[in-house]
Amino acid sequence: MENFTPLASLGGGILIGLSASLLLLCNGKIAGVSGIVGGLLSPTPNDTAWRVLFVVGLFTGGLLFSLFSPQVFTVSISRSTGALILAGLLVGFGTRLGNGCTSGHGVCGMSRFSVRSVVATITFMIAGFATVYIINHLLGGSL
Amino acid sequence: MNAALAAFVAGLIFAVGLALGGMTLPGKVTAFLDIFGNWDPSLAFVMLGAISVHAVLYRVIRRHSSPLFAPTFSTPTRSDLDFRLVGGAALFGIGWGIGGFCPGPAVTSLTSGQPSTLIFVAAMLVGMLLYKLADKAWGHPLATLPQRESHLVAATTSAFEDPQDA
Repeated sequence: MENFTPLASLGGGILIGLSASLLLLCNGKIAGVSGIVGGLLSPTPNDTAWRVLFVVGLFTGGLLFSLFSPQVFTVSISRSTGALILAGLLVGFGTRLGNGCTSGHGVCGMSRFSVRSVVATITFMIAGFATVYIINHLLGGSL
Repeated sequence: MNAALAAFVAGLIFAVGLALGGMTLPGKVTAFLDIFGNWDPSLAFVMLGAISVHAVLYRVIRRHSSPLFAPTFSTPTRSDLDFRLVGGAALFGIGWGIGGFCPGPAVTSLTSGQPSTLIFVAAMLVGMLLYKLADKAWGHPLATLPQRESHLVAATTSAFEDPQDA
């Protein structure tokens, strides 16, 4: 647990909760990134601008943060290009099929005590635990 | 402040929260998921902080009859469990464990320009497009529920729309 960062992570979580609340209060929308990005792939009138601006906000926030500490964007795990492509395909397809990801189900849905989101969050956590167990303890830590 | 500015500011704060919290480090994500190994529970605190704040504010905000800059709240109302929800979440969890990225941190990390991040996000967008095609090919099992057009109805009748969960 040498990299344990409970305070920074709690602070980051509080900002995420505030952001989700701001988007709900002002726009009436759920801060679910897979849904926001996925909606851009099937754009409909009057429902595109806020999505684009939220994503531009994500880019801007990432860029601003990287000015002060670029190390927060370090990719340190050992993954082949094929593994990254497989991971991306599964994340893209799975989040659209399951209607949400860590933000939409894990934060927003859990906060509403939505049964669907609780089930989805438990499911993707267990799948994540199992996958990392296989990679780190059966396959030697790289893929 | 208007709807456009609010969405931008929300995205910006969201990104800073993800980066500060450690969600943009795939190595930290896989260490969080490695409960039988050298476990780093930090990211549980991201979830704890986010849910604590939003669970309270959600209830305060929903006392209003409508959002500040939009006609209606677009919050999901479904409560049924189906194969798509569980199967989709399982596929997502496997991809999350392999790549160490979920959608928000991946998009936020894009401006860092690292090749592995670019590859992941490109594949993620392809995965989303493949879903779109598959959804068409499967027909619309959700056809009994209001689909995307519902927000147009909601805007004029102020009925609750029933969008995707997220």
